[in-house]
Amino acid sequence: MQKKRVVFNYPSHLVDQPVISKLVKDYDLTVNILRARITPKEEGRLVLEIVGKRAGLEAGFQYLRNLGIETQPLAQDVKWHEDRCTHCTACISVCHPQALDVNRKTMEVSFNRDKCIACELCIPVCPYQAMEILF
Amino acid sequence: MVKTIEEINEKIRKGKAVVLTAEEIIDYAAEKGAKKTAQEVDVVTTGTFGPMCSSGAYFNVGHSKPRIKLGGGKTFLNDIPVYTGFAAVDFFLGATAMAEDDPRNKIYPGKFSYGGAHVIEELVAGKDVRLSATAYGTDCYPRKTLETDISLKDMNEAVLFNMRNAYQNYNVAVNLSDRMIYTYMGVIQPKLGNANYCNAGQLSPLLNDPYYKTIGIGTRIFLGGGVGYVVGSGTQHNPGVARTENGVPKMTAGTLAVKGDLKMMSPKWLRGTSFTGYGVTLTVGIGVPIPILNEEILRHSMVKDEEIWAQIVDYSESYPQCIPGSLGEANYRQLKSGKITVQGKEVPTSGLSSYLRAGEIARILKEWIEAGKFFLTQPVELLPSVDSGIVFKPLKERPIKKSK
Repeated sequence: MQKKRVVFNYPSHLVDQPVISKLVKDYDLTVNILRARITPKEEGRLVLEIVGKRAGLEAGFQYLRNLGIETQPLAQDVKWHEDRCTHCTACISVCHPQALDVNRKTMEVSFNRDKCIACELCIPVCPYQAMEILF
Repeated sequence: MVKTIEEINEKIRKGKAVVLTAEEIIDYAAEKGAKKTAQEVDVVTTGTFGPMCSSGAYFNVGHSKPRIKLGGGKTFLNDIPVYTGFAAVDFFLGATAMAEDDPRNKIYPGKFSYGGAHVIEELVAGKDVRLSATAYGTDCYPRKTLETDISLKDMNEAVLFNMRNAYQNYNVAVNLSDRMIYTYMGVIQPKLGNANYCNAGQLSPLLNDPYYKTIGIGTRIFLGGGVGYVVGSGTQHNPGVARTENGVPKMTAGTLAVKGDLKMMSPKWLRGTSFTGYGVTLTVGIGVPIPILNEEILRHSMVKDEEIWAQIVDYSESYPQCIPGSLGEANYRQLKSGKITVQGKEVPTSGLSSYLRAGEIARILKEWIEAGKFFLTQPVELLPSVDSGIVFKPLKERPIKKSK
Protein backbone atom coordinates (compact mmCIF):
# COMPACT_ATOMS: atom_id res chain seq x y z
CA MET A 1 0.00 0.00 0.00
CA GLN A 2 1.17 3.50 -0.79
CA LYS A 3 0.04 6.86 0.53
CA LYS A 4 0.22 10.15 -1.33
CA ARG A 5 -0.75 13.70 -0.37
CA VAL A 6 -1.57 15.56 -3.56
CA VAL A 7 -3.22 18.68 -4.93
CA PHE A 8 -5.64 18.31 -7.88
CA ASN A 9 -6.32 21.18 -10.23
CA TYR A 10 -9.60 20.71 -12.10
CA PRO A 11 -10.49 22.62 -15.24
CA SER A 12 -13.96 24.18 -15.04
CA HIS A 13 -15.65 21.66 -17.40
CA LEU A 14 -14.88 18.80 -14.99
CA VAL A 15 -16.20 20.38 -11.82
CA ASP A 16 -19.59 18.69 -12.17
CA GLN A 17 -18.21 15.19 -12.83
CA PRO A 18 -17.84 12.42 -10.20
CA VAL A 19 -14.08 12.03 -10.60
CA ILE A 20 -13.34 11.05 -7.00
CA SER A 21 -16.11 8.46 -7.02
CA LYS A 22 -14.49 6.82 -10.06
CA LEU A 23 -11.09 6.82 -8.33
CA VAL A 24 -12.61 4.96 -5.39
CA LYS A 25 -14.73 2.47 -7.36
CA ASP A 26 -12.62 1.72 -10.42
CA TYR A 27 -9.14 1.91 -8.94
CA ASP A 28 -9.82 0.71 -5.38
CA LEU A 29 -8.29 3.78 -3.74
CA THR A 30 -9.09 5.20 -0.31
CA VAL A 31 -9.51 8.95 -0.63
CA ASN A 32 -9.48 11.43 2.25
CA ILE A 33 -10.40 14.94 1.09
CA LEU A 34 -8.44 17.39 3.26
CA ARG A 35 -9.54 20.55 1.53
CA ALA A 36 -11.65 21.51 -1.46
CA ARG A 37 -12.41 24.79 -3.14
CA ILE A 38 -13.91 26.07 -6.37
CA THR A 39 -12.45 29.35 -7.57
CA PRO A 40 -14.55 32.23 -8.95
CA LYS A 41 -13.55 31.00 -12.42
CA GLU A 42 -15.04 27.61 -11.50
CA GLU A 43 -11.72 25.83 -11.43
CA GLY A 44 -11.45 23.23 -8.71
CA ARG A 45 -8.64 22.75 -6.15
CA LEU A 46 -8.59 19.66 -4.00
CA VAL A 47 -6.10 18.55 -1.38
CA LEU A 48 -6.31 14.80 -0.87
CA GLU A 49 -4.63 11.93 0.83
CA ILE A 50 -4.86 8.83 -1.37
CA VAL A 51 -4.05 5.33 -0.17
CA GLY A 52 -3.98 2.26 -2.41
CA LYS A 53 -1.96 -0.39 -4.15
CA ARG A 54 0.79 0.81 -6.44
CA ALA A 55 -0.88 -0.44 -9.61
CA GLY A 56 -4.19 1.16 -8.61
CA LEU A 57 -2.49 4.47 -7.86
CA GLU A 58 -0.63 4.48 -11.17
CA ALA A 59 -3.77 3.65 -13.14
CA GLY A 60 -5.78 6.20 -11.18
CA PHE A 61 -3.29 8.97 -11.87
CA GLN A 62 -3.24 7.99 -15.58
CA TYR A 63 -7.04 8.33 -15.59
CA LEU A 64 -6.69 11.82 -14.09
CA ARG A 65 -4.06 12.85 -16.64
CA ASN A 66 -6.28 11.64 -19.49
CA LEU A 67 -9.10 13.76 -18.14
CA GLY A 68 -6.84 16.84 -18.03
CA ILE A 69 -6.56 17.14 -14.25
CA GLU A 70 -3.17 18.40 -13.11
CA THR A 71 -1.75 16.75 -10.01
CA GLN A 72 1.18 17.77 -7.87
CA PRO A 73 2.55 16.71 -4.48
CA LEU A 74 1.14 18.78 -1.61
CA ALA A 75 4.65 19.42 -0.30
CA GLN A 76 5.31 21.84 -3.18
CA ASP A 77 2.53 24.11 -1.98
CA VAL A 78 3.62 24.44 1.64
CA LYS A 79 6.63 26.52 2.56
CA TRP A 80 8.34 26.98 5.89
CA HIS A 81 10.65 29.98 5.55
CA GLU A 82 13.23 28.88 8.06
CA ASP A 83 15.10 32.20 7.83
CA ARG A 84 11.97 34.01 9.03
CA CYS A 85 11.23 31.52 11.84
CA THR A 86 12.42 32.66 15.28
CA HIS A 87 11.55 29.33 16.96
CA CYS A 88 9.14 31.08 19.29
CA THR A 89 6.80 28.02 19.16
CA ALA A 90 3.60 30.07 18.66
CA CYS A 91 2.54 27.59 15.93
CA ILE A 92 3.10 24.43 17.94
CA SER A 93 -0.17 24.27 19.85
CA VAL A 94 -2.33 24.75 16.73
CA CYS A 95 -0.59 22.21 14.49
CA HIS A 96 -2.54 19.04 15.23
CA PRO A 97 -0.75 16.69 12.80
CA GLN A 98 2.53 17.90 14.43
CA ALA A 99 4.04 18.86 11.09
CA LEU A 100 5.40 21.83 13.02
CA ASP A 101 7.12 20.34 16.01
CA VAL A 102 9.58 21.41 18.68
CA ASN A 103 12.53 19.65 20.25
CA ARG A 104 11.64 20.17 23.92
CA LYS A 105 15.27 20.04 25.00
CA THR A 106 16.60 22.78 22.72
CA MET A 107 13.20 24.41 21.98
CA GLU A 108 14.09 24.36 18.28
CA VAL A 109 11.14 24.28 15.86
CA SER A 110 11.18 22.01 12.80
CA PHE A 111 8.76 21.42 9.93
CA ASN A 112 7.96 18.00 8.48
CA ARG A 113 6.10 18.70 5.24
CA ASP A 114 4.96 15.10 4.86
CA LYS A 115 2.77 15.49 7.93
CA CYS A 116 1.23 18.83 6.82
CA ILE A 117 -2.44 18.72 5.79
CA ALA A 118 -2.47 22.36 4.60
CA CYS A 119 -5.16 23.38 7.11
CA GLU A 120 -3.54 26.86 7.29
CA LEU A 121 -4.14 27.26 11.03
CA CYS A 122 -0.48 28.22 11.43
CA ILE A 123 -0.73 31.15 8.99
CA PRO A 124 -2.48 33.72 11.22
CA VAL A 125 -0.67 32.41 14.29
CA CYS A 126 2.90 33.01 13.04
CA PRO A 127 3.95 36.59 13.92
CA TYR A 128 6.90 36.45 11.49
CA GLN A 129 5.07 35.31 8.33
CA ALA A 130 7.29 32.24 8.24
CA MET A 131 4.60 29.89 6.90
CA GLU A 132 3.30 30.17 3.37
CA ILE A 133 0.70 27.93 1.79
CA LEU A 134 -0.14 28.43 -1.87
CA PHE A 135 -3.64 27.07 -2.25
CA MET B 1 34.66 36.53 48.89
CA VAL B 2 33.51 39.78 47.34
CA LYS B 3 34.55 40.87 43.84
CA THR B 4 34.34 44.25 42.18
CA ILE B 5 33.44 45.20 38.61
CA GLU B 6 36.99 46.54 38.16
CA GLU B 7 38.48 43.20 39.18
CA ILE B 8 36.24 41.34 36.76
CA ASN B 9 37.12 43.77 33.95
CA GLU B 10 40.81 43.25 34.69
CA LYS B 11 40.28 39.49 34.25
CA ILE B 12 38.38 40.10 30.99
CA ARG B 13 41.31 42.23 29.79
CA LYS B 14 43.71 39.38 30.56
CA GLY B 15 41.41 36.82 28.94
CA LYS B 16 41.00 35.06 32.30
CA ALA B 17 37.37 35.83 33.17
CA VAL B 18 35.15 32.80 33.78
CA VAL B 19 31.83 33.32 32.02
CA LEU B 20 28.84 30.97 32.01
CA THR B 21 25.36 31.40 30.56
CA ALA B 22 22.34 31.49 32.88
CA GLU B 23 21.58 27.96 31.68
CA GLU B 24 25.10 26.60 32.23
CA ILE B 25 25.40 28.07 35.72
CA ILE B 26 22.53 25.92 37.03
CA ASP B 27 24.28 22.54 36.77
CA TYR B 28 27.75 24.01 37.36
CA ALA B 29 26.80 25.57 40.70
CA ALA B 30 24.74 22.55 41.74
CA GLU B 31 27.83 20.39 41.31
CA LYS B 32 30.48 22.69 42.77
CA GLY B 33 28.40 24.38 45.44
CA ALA B 34 27.39 28.03 45.56
CA LYS B 35 30.29 29.24 47.66
CA LYS B 36 33.01 27.81 45.41
CA THR B 37 31.13 28.80 42.24
CA ALA B 38 30.79 32.40 43.45
CA GLN B 39 34.57 32.53 43.77
CA GLU B 40 35.27 30.89 40.42
CA VAL B 41 32.66 32.42 38.12
CA ASP B 42 32.90 36.10 37.20
CA VAL B 43 29.94 36.67 34.90
CA VAL B 44 26.63 34.97 34.10
CA THR B 45 25.13 35.96 30.76
CA THR B 46 21.37 36.10 30.16
CA GLY B 47 19.23 36.54 27.07
CA THR B 48 15.72 37.14 25.81
CA PHE B 49 14.20 37.45 22.34
CA GLY B 50 10.55 38.40 22.37
CA PRO B 51 8.00 40.92 21.12
CA MET B 52 8.42 44.25 22.94
CA CYS B 53 5.90 46.89 21.84
CA SER B 54 7.29 49.93 23.66
CA SER B 55 10.25 50.10 21.31
CA GLY B 56 11.26 52.60 18.68
CA ALA B 57 14.10 54.59 17.23
CA TYR B 58 15.03 58.20 16.76
CA PHE B 59 16.86 59.56 13.75
CA ASN B 60 18.59 62.67 12.49
CA VAL B 61 18.46 62.57 8.72
CA GLY B 62 20.56 65.67 7.98
CA HIS B 63 19.39 68.96 6.41
CA SER B 64 18.12 69.17 2.85
CA LYS B 65 18.99 72.09 0.60
CA PRO B 66 16.93 74.28 0.86
CA ARG B 67 16.10 73.40 4.43
CA ILE B 68 12.84 71.85 5.62
CA LYS B 69 11.34 71.84 9.13
CA LEU B 70 9.69 68.45 9.52
CA GLY B 71 8.14 69.42 12.87
CA GLY B 72 4.57 70.65 12.57
CA GLY B 73 4.10 68.82 9.28
CA LYS B 74 3.81 65.18 8.41
CA THR B 75 6.71 62.79 7.86
CA PHE B 76 6.68 59.14 6.82
CA LEU B 77 9.15 56.29 6.35
CA ASN B 78 7.72 53.81 3.82
CA ASP B 79 4.30 55.40 4.49
CA ILE B 80 4.59 54.77 8.25
CA PRO B 81 4.09 58.06 10.14
CA VAL B 82 6.84 59.18 12.50
CA TYR B 83 6.65 61.66 15.38
CA THR B 84 8.26 64.99 14.49
CA GLY B 85 7.64 67.17 17.54
CA PHE B 86 11.34 68.00 17.85
CA ALA B 87 13.91 70.18 16.03
CA ALA B 88 13.91 70.40 12.21
CA VAL B 89 15.22 66.98 11.11
CA ASP B 90 14.94 64.80 14.23
CA PHE B 91 12.07 62.33 14.50
CA PHE B 92 10.98 59.21 16.35
CA LEU B 93 9.60 56.06 14.76
CA GLY B 94 7.49 53.86 17.02
CA ALA B 95 7.50 50.08 16.57
CA THR B 96 3.71 49.78 16.50
CA ALA B 97 3.05 52.68 14.08
CA MET B 98 1.16 51.76 10.92
CA ALA B 99 0.29 53.41 7.62
CA GLU B 100 -2.68 55.78 7.68
CA ASP B 101 -4.45 53.67 5.04
CA ASP B 102 -3.74 50.32 6.72
CA PRO B 103 -7.16 48.64 7.10
CA ARG B 104 -6.28 47.73 10.71
CA ASN B 105 -9.12 45.57 12.09
CA LYS B 106 -11.75 46.78 9.60
CA ILE B 107 -11.58 43.37 8.00
CA TYR B 108 -11.37 41.39 11.22
CA PRO B 109 -8.94 39.96 12.12
CA GLY B 110 -6.50 42.39 10.49
CA LYS B 111 -3.14 41.17 9.22
CA PHE B 112 -0.93 44.10 10.30
CA SER B 113 1.71 42.89 7.91
CA TYR B 114 3.78 46.10 7.87
CA GLY B 115 4.51 48.81 10.42
CA GLY B 116 7.18 50.80 12.23
CA ALA B 117 8.95 47.66 13.45
CA HIS B 118 9.30 46.38 9.89
CA VAL B 119 10.82 49.73 8.84
CA ILE B 120 13.36 49.36 11.66
CA GLU B 121 14.19 45.80 10.53
CA GLU B 122 14.65 46.95 6.90
CA LEU B 123 16.83 49.90 7.89
CA VAL B 124 19.02 47.67 10.05
CA ALA B 125 19.28 45.25 7.12
CA GLY B 126 20.83 48.12 5.14
CA LYS B 127 17.86 48.64 2.84
CA ASP B 128 16.63 51.94 1.43
CA VAL B 129 13.35 53.30 2.75
CA ARG B 130 11.28 56.15 1.32
CA LEU B 131 11.36 59.34 3.39
CA SER B 132 8.44 61.59 2.48
CA ALA B 133 7.33 64.76 4.21
CA THR B 134 5.15 67.83 3.92
CA ALA B 135 5.87 70.94 5.99
CA TYR B 136 4.37 74.41 6.45
CA GLY B 137 7.49 76.39 5.56
CA THR B 138 9.21 79.20 7.45
CA ASP B 139 11.68 81.94 6.54
CA CYS B 140 14.57 79.80 7.76
CA TYR B 141 13.11 76.46 6.60
CA PRO B 142 11.33 77.37 3.35
CA ARG B 143 10.89 73.95 1.79
CA LYS B 144 7.42 72.40 1.96
CA THR B 145 7.79 68.93 0.46
CA LEU B 146 10.44 66.25 0.48
CA GLU B 147 10.64 62.80 -1.05
CA THR B 148 13.82 60.74 -1.12
CA ASP B 149 15.19 57.25 -0.55
CA ILE B 150 17.36 57.00 2.53
CA SER B 151 19.32 54.30 4.31
CA LEU B 152 20.84 54.02 7.75
CA LYS B 153 24.34 54.93 6.57
CA ASP B 154 23.04 58.23 5.12
CA MET B 155 21.75 59.35 8.51
CA ASN B 156 23.70 61.27 11.15
CA GLU B 157 22.24 59.38 14.08
CA ALA B 158 20.00 56.34 14.30
CA VAL B 159 19.35 55.24 17.87
CA LEU B 160 17.14 52.44 19.15
CA PHE B 161 15.37 53.78 22.24
CA ASN B 162 12.94 51.45 23.95
CA MET B 163 11.00 52.69 26.94
CA ARG B 164 9.87 49.28 28.17
CA ASN B 165 11.66 46.02 27.35
CA ALA B 166 12.63 42.71 28.94
CA TYR B 167 9.63 42.31 31.26
CA GLN B 168 10.54 40.39 34.38
CA ASN B 169 8.02 37.54 34.02
CA TYR B 170 4.70 37.65 32.14
CA ASN B 171 1.15 36.29 32.09
CA VAL B 172 0.09 33.02 30.52
CA ALA B 173 -2.84 33.87 28.24
CA VAL B 174 -5.87 31.59 27.87
CA ASN B 175 -9.37 32.05 26.47
CA LEU B 176 -12.43 30.91 28.43
CA SER B 177 -14.93 32.22 25.87
CA ASP B 178 -16.39 30.23 22.99
CA ARG B 179 -14.84 32.31 20.20
CA MET B 180 -11.30 32.70 18.91
CA ILE B 181 -9.57 35.83 20.23
CA TYR B 182 -6.71 37.75 18.64
CA THR B 183 -4.44 39.35 21.22
CA TYR B 184 -0.91 40.65 21.77
CA MET B 185 -0.36 37.20 23.28
CA GLY B 186 -1.20 35.65 19.92
CA VAL B 187 -4.26 33.82 18.65
CA ILE B 188 -5.95 32.14 21.61
CA GLN B 189 -8.31 29.27 20.85
CA PRO B 190 -11.73 29.18 22.56
CA LYS B 191 -12.57 27.10 25.63
CA LEU B 192 -9.00 26.72 26.88
CA GLY B 193 -7.81 25.51 23.47
CA ASN B 194 -4.26 26.71 24.09
CA ALA B 195 -2.14 28.72 26.53
CA ASN B 196 0.48 31.23 25.35
CA TYR B 197 3.39 32.40 27.47
CA CYS B 198 6.08 34.99 26.77
CA ASN B 199 9.30 34.86 28.76
CA ALA B 200 12.69 33.20 28.49
CA GLY B 201 12.38 31.80 32.04
CA GLN B 202 15.72 30.75 33.48
CA LEU B 203 17.59 32.70 30.76
CA SER B 204 15.60 35.92 31.20
CA PRO B 205 17.73 38.93 32.31
CA LEU B 206 15.69 40.31 35.19
CA LEU B 207 14.75 36.86 36.53
CA ASN B 208 18.46 36.20 37.10
CA ASP B 209 18.85 39.36 39.18
CA PRO B 210 15.38 39.56 40.69
CA TYR B 211 16.13 42.36 43.20
CA TYR B 212 18.21 44.36 40.66
CA LYS B 213 21.40 44.12 42.74
CA THR B 214 23.62 44.57 39.67
CA ILE B 215 21.47 46.10 36.89
CA GLY B 216 20.91 49.83 36.66
CA ILE B 217 21.49 53.04 34.73
CA GLY B 218 24.51 52.56 32.50
CA THR B 219 24.62 48.75 32.47
CA ARG B 220 26.20 47.75 29.16
CA ILE B 221 24.17 45.06 27.37
CA PHE B 222 23.68 43.08 24.15
CA LEU B 223 20.96 44.96 22.28
CA GLY B 224 19.62 43.99 18.86
CA GLY B 225 22.89 42.30 17.93
CA GLY B 226 24.99 45.31 18.91
CA VAL B 227 25.98 46.98 22.15
CA GLY B 228 23.47 49.02 24.11
CA TYR B 229 22.90 50.41 27.57
CA VAL B 230 20.22 50.29 30.23
CA VAL B 231 19.04 53.87 30.63
CA GLY B 232 16.87 53.14 33.65
CA SER B 233 13.84 51.19 34.75
CA GLY B 234 11.27 50.87 31.99
CA THR B 235 7.71 52.17 32.09
CA GLN B 236 5.37 50.16 34.33
CA HIS B 237 8.40 49.00 36.38
CA ASN B 238 6.65 47.38 39.32
CA PRO B 239 9.05 45.75 41.77
CA GLY B 240 6.61 45.44 44.67
CA VAL B 241 4.66 42.38 43.48
CA ALA B 242 4.29 38.96 45.14
CA ARG B 243 7.51 36.95 45.00
CA THR B 244 8.62 33.41 45.81
CA GLU B 245 10.90 32.72 48.77
CA ASN B 246 13.87 33.16 46.42
CA GLY B 247 12.66 36.60 45.40
CA VAL B 248 11.37 35.61 41.95
CA PRO B 249 8.33 37.70 41.01
CA LYS B 250 5.24 35.58 40.35
CA MET B 251 3.84 38.05 37.83
CA THR B 252 4.86 40.98 35.66
CA ALA B 253 7.31 43.10 37.67
CA GLY B 254 10.49 44.94 36.67
CA THR B 255 11.20 46.35 33.20
CA LEU B 256 14.14 47.97 31.41
CA ALA B 257 14.46 51.12 29.33
CA VAL B 258 17.34 50.64 26.88
CA LYS B 259 19.17 52.43 24.08
CA GLY B 260 21.82 51.63 21.52
CA ASP B 261 23.30 52.62 18.16
CA LEU B 262 21.00 51.16 15.48
CA LYS B 263 23.83 51.29 12.95
CA MET B 264 25.66 48.56 14.91
CA MET B 265 22.65 46.23 15.11
CA SER B 266 21.46 43.29 13.02
CA PRO B 267 18.09 42.37 11.47
CA LYS B 268 18.41 38.92 13.01
CA TRP B 269 17.95 40.47 16.44
CA LEU B 270 15.38 43.19 15.60
CA ARG B 271 12.42 41.65 13.83
CA GLY B 272 9.26 43.29 12.54
CA THR B 273 6.41 41.27 14.00
CA SER B 274 2.72 41.01 13.07
CA PHE B 275 0.08 39.83 15.51
CA THR B 276 -3.07 38.95 13.58
CA GLY B 277 -6.02 41.02 14.81
CA TYR B 278 -3.80 42.98 17.20
CA GLY B 279 -1.06 44.98 15.51
CA VAL B 280 2.60 45.41 14.74
CA THR B 281 5.43 45.08 17.24
CA LEU B 282 9.21 44.71 17.35
CA THR B 283 10.88 41.51 18.53
CA VAL B 284 14.02 42.60 20.35
CA GLY B 285 17.09 40.62 21.37
CA ILE B 286 18.52 41.64 24.74
CA GLY B 287 21.28 40.07 26.80
CA VAL B 288 22.38 41.38 30.17
CA PRO B 289 25.63 40.30 31.86
CA ILE B 290 25.33 39.64 35.59
CA PRO B 291 28.62 40.24 37.44
CA ILE B 292 28.98 37.61 40.17
CA LEU B 293 30.10 40.01 42.88
CA ASN B 294 29.12 37.76 45.77
CA GLU B 295 27.39 34.52 46.70
CA GLU B 296 23.94 36.09 47.00
CA ILE B 297 24.07 37.39 43.41
CA LEU B 298 25.24 33.97 42.25
CA ARG B 299 22.40 32.20 44.06
CA HIS B 300 19.84 34.39 42.28
CA SER B 301 21.44 33.64 38.91
CA MET B 302 21.04 29.89 39.55
CA VAL B 303 17.24 30.20 39.15
CA LYS B 304 15.64 27.29 37.25
CA ASP B 305 12.52 27.14 35.05
CA GLU B 306 10.64 25.13 37.68
CA GLU B 307 11.21 27.88 40.26
CA ILE B 308 9.65 30.62 38.11
CA TRP B 309 5.87 30.83 38.30
CA ALA B 310 3.53 32.80 36.06
CA GLN B 311 -0.14 33.68 36.40
CA ILE B 312 -2.68 32.12 34.03
CA VAL B 313 -5.02 34.88 32.89
CA ASP B 314 -8.23 34.78 30.83
CA TYR B 315 -7.79 37.20 27.90
CA SER B 316 -11.42 37.00 26.76
CA GLU B 317 -12.84 38.74 29.84
CA SER B 318 -10.52 39.23 32.84
CA TYR B 319 -7.70 40.99 30.98
CA PRO B 320 -9.74 43.41 28.84
CA GLN B 321 -12.09 44.26 31.72
CA CYS B 322 -9.28 44.61 34.30
CA ILE B 323 -10.81 41.95 36.56
CA PRO B 324 -8.07 41.03 39.04
CA GLY B 325 -7.04 37.50 39.91
CA SER B 326 -5.84 34.53 37.91
CA LEU B 327 -6.96 31.03 37.01
CA GLY B 328 -3.88 29.53 38.62
CA GLU B 329 -0.14 29.36 38.19
CA ALA B 330 2.25 27.46 35.99
CA ASN B 331 6.03 27.31 36.06
CA TYR B 332 8.25 27.61 33.00
CA ARG B 333 9.27 23.97 33.10
CA GLN B 334 5.61 23.04 32.73
CA LEU B 335 5.03 25.72 30.10
CA LYS B 336 8.01 24.54 28.04
CA SER B 337 6.89 20.88 28.31
CA GLY B 338 4.04 21.64 25.88
CA LYS B 339 1.09 21.30 28.21
CA ILE B 340 -0.27 22.66 31.47
CA THR B 341 -3.43 21.94 33.43
CA VAL B 342 -6.00 24.73 33.78
CA GLN B 343 -9.32 24.17 35.58
CA GLY B 344 -8.69 20.41 35.39
CA LYS B 345 -8.18 20.49 31.61
CA GLU B 346 -4.94 19.67 29.84
CA VAL B 347 -4.08 22.68 27.66
CA PRO B 348 -1.36 22.76 24.97
CA THR B 349 1.15 25.61 25.35
CA SER B 350 2.96 27.86 22.90
CA GLY B 351 5.66 30.42 23.49
CA LEU B 352 6.00 33.88 21.96
CA SER B 353 9.50 34.52 23.29
CA SER B 354 12.11 32.29 21.64
CA TYR B 355 14.05 30.24 24.16
CA LEU B 356 16.35 28.98 21.39
CA ARG B 357 17.30 32.54 20.41
CA ALA B 358 17.57 33.65 24.06
CA GLY B 359 20.20 30.95 24.59
CA GLU B 360 22.02 32.08 21.46
CA ILE B 361 22.15 35.66 22.81
CA ALA B 362 23.53 34.47 26.17
CA ARG B 363 26.21 32.50 24.30
CA ILE B 364 27.13 35.44 22.02
CA LEU B 365 27.49 37.74 25.02
CA LYS B 366 29.63 35.10 26.73
CA GLU B 367 31.88 34.93 23.64
CA TRP B 368 32.22 38.73 23.50
CA ILE B 369 33.33 38.82 27.14
CA GLU B 370 35.70 35.86 26.76
CA ALA B 371 37.24 37.49 23.69
CA GLY B 372 37.87 40.71 25.63
CA LYS B 373 35.52 42.70 23.38
CA PHE B 374 32.88 43.50 25.99
CA PHE B 375 33.50 44.98 29.43
CA LEU B 376 31.11 45.33 32.34
CA THR B 377 29.99 48.67 33.72
CA GLN B 378 29.27 49.89 37.21
CA PRO B 379 25.71 51.28 37.13
CA VAL B 380 25.38 54.94 38.10
CA GLU B 381 22.28 53.94 40.04
CA LEU B 382 20.58 50.54 40.46
CA LEU B 383 16.98 49.99 39.32
CA PRO B 384 14.38 50.80 41.98
CA SER B 385 13.70 47.62 43.99
CA VAL B 386 11.04 46.36 46.40
CA ASP B 387 11.87 49.05 48.95
CA SER B 388 11.23 51.88 46.46
CA GLY B 389 7.53 52.14 47.29
CA ILE B 390 6.66 52.24 43.58
CA VAL B 391 2.97 51.51 42.94
CA PHE B 392 1.74 50.68 39.44
CA LYS B 393 -1.44 52.73 39.09
CA PRO B 394 -4.39 52.23 36.77
CA LEU B 395 -5.77 55.28 34.97
CA LYS B 396 -8.25 57.09 37.15
CA GLU B 397 -10.76 58.69 34.83
CA ARG B 398 -12.26 61.93 36.04
CA PRO B 399 -15.48 63.38 34.65
CA ILE B 400 -14.88 66.50 32.55
CA LYS B 401 -16.51 69.53 34.12
CA LYS B 402 -18.55 71.49 31.60
CA SER B 403 -17.76 75.19 31.57
CA LYS B 404 -20.56 77.56 30.69
